[in-house]
Amino acid sequence: MTEFIHPALLFILGALPIPLLNGPIRKAYLLLIPALALLAVFTMQPGSYGAAPFIGQEILFAKVDRLSIVFATVFTIMALIGMVYALHLTRAGQHVAAFVYVGSALGVVFAGDYLTLFLFWEGMAFASAYLVFAQRGEQAIRAGFRYLMVHITGGVVLLGGIIIHGLASGSMLFGPIETEMGIGAYLILAGFMLNAAVPPLNAWLTDAYPEATVTGAVFMSAFTTKTAVYVLARAFPGTELLVWFGTAMALYGVIYAVLENDCRRLLAYHIVSQVGYMVAGVGIGTEMAVNGATSHAFAHILYKALLFMGAGAVIYVTGRRKLTELGGLYKTMPLTVALYMVGAFAISAFPFFSGFVTKSMVVAAAGQDHRAMVVLALTMASSGTFLHTGLKLPYYMFFGTDRGLEAREPPRNMLIAMGMAAALCIAIGVFPQPLYALLPYPVDFEPYTGVHITESLGVLMFTALGFVLFLRALDPENTISLDTDWFYRKAARRFMWLAENPLARYEKAVSNLSETVALPFLHGTARVGLWIDLNRIDAIVNGIAGAILRGGGALRRLQTGVVTHYALAMIAGLIAGAAIFAVAWQ
Amino acid sequence: MIKRVVDFFGDAKYESRRRRLFYLALALIVIADILVLREHTEYLWDRLPGWSAIYGFGSCVLLIFVSKFLGHQGGLMRREDYYD
Repeated sequence: MTEFIHPALLFILGALPIPLLNGPIRKAYLLLIPALALLAVFTMQPGSYGAAPFIGQEILFAKVDRLSIVFATVFTIMALIGMVYALHLTRAGQHVAAFVYVGSALGVVFAGDYLTLFLFWEGMAFASAYLVFAQRGEQAIRAGFRYLMVHITGGVVLLGGIIIHGLASGSMLFGPIETEMGIGAYLILAGFMLNAAVPPLNAWLTDAYPEATVTGAVFMSAFTTKTAVYVLARAFPGTELLVWFGTAMALYGVIYAVLENDCRRLLAYHIVSQVGYMVAGVGIGTEMAVNGATSHAFAHILYKALLFMGAGAVIYVTGRRKLTELGGLYKTMPLTVALYMVGAFAISAFPFFSGFVTKSMVVAAAGQDHRAMVVLALTMASSGTFLHTGLKLPYYMFFGTDRGLEAREPPRNMLIAMGMAAALCIAIGVFPQPLYALLPYPVDFEPYTGVHITESLGVLMFTALGFVLFLRALDPENTISLDTDWFYRKAARRFMWLAENPLARYEKAVSNLSETVALPFLHGTARVGLWIDLNRIDAIVNGIAGAILRGGGALRRLQTGVVTHYALAMIAGLIAGAAIFAVAWQ
Repeated sequence: MIKRVVDFFGDAKYESRRRRLFYLALALIVIADILVLREHTEYLWDRLPGWSAIYGFGSCVLLIFVSKFLGHQGGLMRREDYYD
C-alpha cells in the first residue's frame, strides 16, 4: 500500500461517532481506530504528503521520515493501551477528548510546516485540558484553567516566534533551524521548552496531571512532553543550552519527588526528570545522542503510562491519592503491585527492562562527547529515579503501614492494559534490536556489556541500601511543595486584587465622568446637530449627529468594567491582528 | 505465583530472609564489579572497581538530605491549604 492515510485524521474524525455508539459496539470501535492507525503507521512510506499553497506560504500537511515514524509508532501503541485502560468509562466525553488529543499529537509529529504544527499544538492543549476538567471538583477545575492559561500563553509565544522566524527566513517549512538563533528562534524554543516542561516552565505539568481523571492522566503522561521532545529533536538538535537545561531538569525532578506526598504528582516530577535525559540528548545532538533521546522517549511513554496506570488503579479502588493515607495494599492488589513494579524497574533502568537499553544510550552519548559532569549528574538522577518510583512510592503505597483499606484488584480492562505495557517494557529490554532498527540513525551501541550491567546494578542496589538505612527520613509528610506555579498562582491573586480594588475604582470614576460630563455633552451636540439639521436639512450633518449619538451609547456599553470582557476583546484583537498580518504578508 | 512473590516482599515473617538475600546481592554485585572485564575506560572512575556502588549510595543519601533540607529550611514544603 503506497497511499498515505494520515493517522491524525483517523483519530480526529474518528472521534465524531463515539457519542452515538453504545455498549460493546462502542468498545470495539474505540479499539478499532487505534488499531487502524497503527496499521497506517506501519505501512506508511517516507515522503511528503498534502503540500499546498496557503496565504502565500507553502503548507506541508504531512512529512514522513524516520524520526516521525518512531514517535508515531509509540503514540499509536500508547493510544491503544490507553483506550483499553479507559474502556470501562460510560461517558463519551473523555474518549472524544482522548482521541482528539492523540490525533493532534500525531498531527504535530507529521507536520511539515509551522502553521500545521501550531494548529495541532493548540488542539493538544485544549483536548488534554478536558481530561483535567472531566475530573470535576473545584480543585481539578482550577488546575485545568491554570493548565489552559499556561498553554495558551505558550502557544502565543510559539506563534510569535513562528511569525518572526518565518519573516526572517522566508519559509514556514518545519525543520532544523539553520540560520543564526534570532529572537524568532528563541521564542519557538521557549514555546517548545514549555511543553517539554523544562524548569522554570515545568509547573503546569506537576500541577495539572495529578488532578486529571484516572484514565486521562495516563494519556497526558504520554503525549504532550514527548511531542515537545520530538519537535526539539527536529528543530534544535545540538543546541548547547538544552544540554544544561536537560541535565538540571533531570535532577530538579528527583529533588522535588523526595518532598512529594501525592502519588501521581511524584510520578509527574519523574516525567520532568526523565524528559531531562531526552532534552539533554537532543542538546548533545550527535547521532547517538538523538537516537538515545528518541529511543528513551519510546520506552518512557510505555513505562510512565504503566506507572500512572498502577497509581490510577490504586486511586480508582481506594479513592485516596496521598502516600500518608495509603499502605498495606499488597495483600489485596498483588497483580497491580507486580505490574507497577515492572514499570518501576523499567524507569530505573534495571537490566532486561526497557530503560536499561535506552537511558544508557543518552548517558553513553554524553560520555562519548566528553561531558563528564553530564554523565555524573544523569547517573545521580538515575539513582533518584529508583529511590522514588522503585522504592519510596511502592513502599508507602503498597507495603509500609497497613491502613486497613478496603481494596481489590481494578477492573479487568485496566489490568490488561497494564499487562500490555508491562510486556512491552520487558520485550524492549530483552530484545532491543527492533526498537534500535526504528531509530533515525544507525545504532552502534551494545547495552549488554559486563561493565554496564555491574555498574547499573551497583548504582541501583546501593541506592536501595541508602533507602533501607534512611527509611525514616523519607516518610511522606502531609505538605505541598512550592514550585514555579507560585508565581502565577500568587501573582494572579495580586492582579485580581488590583483589578477589584484600585483599578475598579478608577474605572468607576471614569464611567461616572463619562456619564455626567461626556454623555450630556455628546447628547447636547447631537441635539444641536439635529436642530441644525432640521433647519438646514443637511444630510451629511444628519449622519454625523446620528453617529455621535450611537457612538455615545456604544461607548457607555463598552465600559462594562468586567475584566473578562476586556480580556476577550484583547484575545479577539490579537487573533484579528494575527489574521491581518498573515494575509497582508504574502 | 505472583501473589507469593509479592507476599515475600510484604509479609513481616520473611523479614530476616529478605535482609540476608539483600546483603548477599549487594556483596555479589561488588564482587562482580571487581572481576568484570574493563576494556574501554574513558574516565578516572571507570577504572575504579566498586565506584558505582559508592556513587549510587552517595547519590541516594545526598538527594534525600539535600531535598529535605530545601523542603524544610528552604521553605519549599508548605501546608496543604497554602494556596486556599
